[in-house]
Amino acid sequence: MAEEPVIRAEGLAVAFNGNTVFRDVTFEVRRGEIFVILGGSGCGKSTLLKALIGLVPLAAGRAFLLGEELAAARDDATRRALLRRIGVMWQSGALFGSMTLAENVELPLEEHTALPRPAREALARAKLGLVGLGDAAARLPAEISGGMAKRAGIARAMALDPPLLFLDEPGAGLDPITSAGLDRLIVDIARDTGTTFVVVTHELQSILAIGDRCIMLDKQARGMIAEGDPRRLREESTHPTVRAFFRREAA
Amino acid sequence: MDGRPDQAGARLALREEEGGRVLAALGWLDMAATARLWPEALRAGRGGGIAVLDLSGLESLDSAGAVMLLTAAPEAEPRGASEPVAAVLARMRRALAAAPAPVKPRTPFHPITAIGRATVGVLRDARSAVAFIGETAVTALRAMARPRLLRLSEVLRHLDEVGTRAFPLTLLLGFLIGVILAYQSSIPLRRFGAEVFVPNLVGISLVRELGPLLAGVVLAGRTGSAFAAELGTMTVNEEVDALRIMGVDATAMLVLPRLLAATLVMPVLALLMNLSGIAGMTLIMATLGYPSAAVESQLQQWLTLTDLMGGLFKAACFGLVIAGIGCRAGLSAGRGPRAVGDAATAAVVGGIVAIVVMDGIFAVLFFRLGI
Repeated sequence: MAEEPVIRAEGLAVAFNGNTVFRDVTFEVRRGEIFVILGGSGCGKSTLLKALIGLVPLAAGRAFLLGEELAAARDDATRRALLRRIGVMWQSGALFGSMTLAENVELPLEEHTALPRPAREALARAKLGLVGLGDAAARLPAEISGGMAKRAGIARAMALDPPLLFLDEPGAGLDPITSAGLDRLIVDIARDTGTTFVVVTHELQSILAIGDRCIMLDKQARGMIAEGDPRRLREESTHPTVRAFFRREAA
Repeated sequence: MDGRPDQAGARLALREEEGGRVLAALGWLDMAATARLWPEALRAGRGGGIAVLDLSGLESLDSAGAVMLLTAAPEAEPRGASEPVAAVLARMRRALAAAPAPVKPRTPFHPITAIGRATVGVLRDARSAVAFIGETAVTALRAMARPRLLRLSEVLRHLDEVGTRAFPLTLLLGFLIGVILAYQSSIPLRRFGAEVFVPNLVGISLVRELGPLLAGVVLAGRTGSAFAAELGTMTVNEEVDALRIMGVDATAMLVLPRLLAATLVMPVLALLMNLSGIAGMTLIMATLGYPSAAVESQLQQWLTLTDLMGGLFKAACFGLVIAGIGCRAGLSAGRGPRAVGDAATAAVVGGIVAIVVMDGIFAVLFFRLGI
C-alpha cells in the first residue's frame, strides 16, 4: 500500500471579493520531498501556501496536511496538535520585534514542549547556529538585515523539528552565497531528517537546485499549468509560459 | 523528525569502562524524552569525563536530544550511531560550535556615569527638539511666501480626521463634565445657600480652563498618537527618506498640514466642549429647581468675551504644540514595529504634559495681564 502523502490538495480554489485567484489546484506532496510552488509575481503562490495552512479560506476543495484536514479540525486541541507539526517561514521573517532572535526561536519551544529553560536556550542557540546566526542570538530583529531576519525565521520554523516545513520566498532578497547556503541547508535537513519542505519561490536557481517536484501557477490561467520535476519541465515542457519561465524569456 | 511521543521510554545509562565513563542513550530521544531526561543528562555530565557516547541503542534522535547529549558530553566520542542519528548529531554539533554561549557582559552601576549619560540624552533630545522647531518655523515661513508648498487636500483631510470625527467624543465628554461639575459644586454651595452661583463656577471653569484643557487631552490621546503612529510607520518603512531623496520637503508635506489642521480645529473643539458642558450644567440646575433663564442670566453677568477668547487662544496654542509633539515623535522613531508604539506613547505623554505646563504658564500670564 502506498504511503499516505504528507499533503493532499484536492481541487483548491481561492477567491477574494468574487475574483478568483486560482481554481482546481490538485496535487500531492510525498514524505521527505522538497516540493516547490512556483510561478510569476501575483499568480497566487503565497495565497496557496496560506490556504494550505488555513489562513486563507478555501472557496472550494479540501487540503489535508499530515493526513488531517485543518479546516475540519474537531476542536482547538486537534488544531494545535496539527499546527505543532508544521513550521512556517514567512516572507519577511515575521519576527517579534520586542524579543531577541533567541527568544523568538524559544517561543514555540516554550509553548509546545516541557523542555527546561537551559535546554530551550541551548536548542534555540543551536537552531540559530544552523542558519548561520549563532553570534546574533542576543540581537533584536530591528538590529539585523532582511536576509538575517529571513534566516532567523527559518530557525524559528524549525524549532520544533516539524515534519512539514513551509517556506515563503526563502531566497528572495539574499545574496547568492547566502541563498545557496540556504538551499544547501534545506537539502541537508530534508535528507537527514525526512522533513518535507513546501517552498514558494520564483528563484530559478533555487528551484533547480532543491526542487524534487513542483507545480507552476499562472495568473492568466488562474490555476496550475504544470506539475513535475523542475529539471524535466525545463527541458521538455511545451507550454509557452513554462518555457518562458525556465528560459527567463519575456512572455 | 515526526514528533513521535516518548512511547518507547527513552533512557540514559552511565557506566564505567576501561577508557573512561560511557553515557548510553536508548530508545526514541525526542523532545518529550529530552524534557524528561535533561536534568539527568546534565548530572551525568557534571565535572566532565564522559569519554564515549554509546548511541547503538538509540532508535531516533531529534535536534533537542542531540543538543542534550552534546551539552552533557561535549568532548565524548559517539559510537554505534545509525546513519540518520550520526547525521543529526554531526549537524547539531556544527550548529552549536557556530553559536557560542553568549557571555553576559557585566555592567556595574556607576551613578556618575548614569547621570552623565542621562544628561547627554536629555541635551541631545533638546537639541533635536530645537532643530525640529526651527525647521518647521522656516518651512512655515517659506510656505507663506509660496503657498503651493502647503497641500490643501492634506490640510482638509487632517481637518476632517482631527476635527469632524472628534466632535461626538468631545460633545459627550463636555456634557458629562458639565453634569459632574454642577453636581459636585452644588453640594458645598448649598450649605451657604449659594446654589445659584453654580453656573458662575462651572461656566468660568469650563470656558477659561477645563474646556481647552480637556479638548487638548482628547486631541493628544486621539490625534497626537495617530500622527506619531502614522509618521512613525512611514519613518520605519523609509518613506520619509524616500521623500527627502526625491527632493520633496518632508516637513512641508507631512508636518505643516497636521500643525495647521490641529491649530485651526482646537478652538472649535474647545468651544464644543464649553457649550456641551454648559448644557449638562443647565440640565442639572433644572433638576435643582433653577430654570435655564436663571442660568443664562448668571452666565451673562459673570462671563466675559475675554474669558472665552482667552480660552480659545489657549486651545489653538495647545493644538499647535500637541500636533508638533506628535509629528516629532513619529519622525524621530527608531527602527522596527516597537518604535511606532514608543513614538505613539511619547506623543500622548509629551502632549498631555506639555499642555498642563502651558496652562500653568498661561494662568500666570493672564493673571499678570489682568485678563
